[in-house]
Amino acid sequence: MNISRFFKTIFMTDFIGGLFIAIKELFKSKKTINYPFEKGKISPRFRGEHALRRYPNGEERCIACKLCEAVCPAQAITIESAQREDGSRKTTRYDIDMMKCIYCGLCEESCPVDAIVQGPNFEFSTETREELYYTKEKLLDNGDRWENVLEANIKADNIHR
Amino acid sequence: MEYLNIVFQEVYKIVFLLVPVLVSVAMIVWLDRRVWAFVQKRQGPNVVGPFGLLQSLADALKYIFKEIIIPSSSNKVIFILAPIVTMTLALIAWAVIPFSATQVLADINVGILYLFAVSSLGVYGIIMGGWASNSKYPFLGAIRSAAQMVSYEVSIGVIIINVLLCVGSLNLNDIVIAQQNMWFVIPLFPMFVIFFISALAETNRPPFDLPEAEAELVAGYQTEYSGMMYAMFWLGEYANILLMCAMGSILFLGGWMSPIDVYPFNLVPSAIWLILKILLLFILFALVKAIVPRYRYDQLMRLGWKVFLPLSLIWVVLTASYLFYFNLLPVN
Repeated sequence: MNISRFFKTIFMTDFIGGLFIAIKELFKSKKTINYPFEKGKISPRFRGEHALRRYPNGEERCIACKLCEAVCPAQAITIESAQREDGSRKTTRYDIDMMKCIYCGLCEESCPVDAIVQGPNFEFSTETREELYYTKEKLLDNGDRWENVLEANIKADNIHR
Repeated sequence: MEYLNIVFQEVYKIVFLLVPVLVSVAMIVWLDRRVWAFVQKRQGPNVVGPFGLLQSLADALKYIFKEIIIPSSSNKVIFILAPIVTMTLALIAWAVIPFSATQVLADINVGILYLFAVSSLGVYGIIMGGWASNSKYPFLGAIRSAAQMVSYEVSIGVIIINVLLCVGSLNLNDIVIAQQNMWFVIPLFPMFVIFFISALAETNRPPFDLPEAEAELVAGYQTEYSGMMYAMFWLGEYANILLMCAMGSILFLGGWMSPIDVYPFNLVPSAIWLILKILLLFILFALVKAIVPRYRYDQLMRLGWKVFLPLSLIWVVLTASYLFYFNLLPVN
């Protein structure tokens, strides 16, 4: 043990230096946020909870092409379709198993009419498993609730496509 | 009737001492976590109550409602007894802590010896818990803890001898009053540092938290404990830390005396001064927890036996010769 190391050990210079750094850091602003009360910034591309959108006149966008069902790697989407009286093809059933879903965003990519989208909401935990089998009503309801944000997000992301 | 009166009076005193101690233990857990978080630039517990002050109460409530699991192969009597022993020993030591010249539950003449004895007994709770669990990690944790506490108790004992040489009495109030002119932290500063580090080891705090080194021993002697029994270990541990802080402030920082005996300061009740000193030492404890990595086991033993013990023994000789040469030995 050389002499400088010896004095360093005896006077604990490293430790005291560390202590002062700790005291200095103590008063600096925090890097973490106070989560339930403040939230981090989310990109317009964020892939959160799904939603089915409508046209401004209230008509559902989805045309039951089943591209999303075909592309879904987790096979979380189930679609049944039928022809309506006015001749247009619409879904009678549009279910997403949110526990199977891997939030890859391929359904959103494949949709030709921007009907199925993934919104910014990621706080949809439930107490039972059954609540996470999303039905068409739930998804359309999500679409109605988040429409403003969804539209803005699609517009914001459009220049990159 | 006379007898009952005395009993009630004593019980009243004990409750008046223990309730604040337990409440401050809960607060100190919050402070510990908060300081730790702040050094790491996190928020720390800040939701329950103002600034998260009631976090420990919420935790305690959670522990109360959790199931107490007793391993089927454990020695049940000792298993249940261990947390009780830990907590009781951590609390009975507060009987001799003087909060002012008169405010002390038991003003016994061998106060410092009693304190030392009780804090040494604390290792029994841990050994009992580790052994009675009948499981490998608790057992290894308990062995480590026993070895560590015994090693560092030796140097703490020698450090106490240093202080006692300057005081000439084992009474804690006498020790405080002897520091009227100068706190012992000034002439005995190296001993204060060694005492502080030994106190860290004695209470199993980082960097000496080997008995509960989570990377290798799961949770050490607490592994098999759950619910309220775990909470009692936890309370006992923090009560011990507070006790060590109190011991440090009485031995070296002038206990309940105000730092300077001038007008605005000597109006403050002496208990407040003691609490402030304990708090100061505890914040140092918490800061140390945040900045140091864990020692290796052989380094721990080397530090205890080959560095601290010789150093404090040499200092005893130095103190004794200094006091003898300048004829400063306290004579009663």
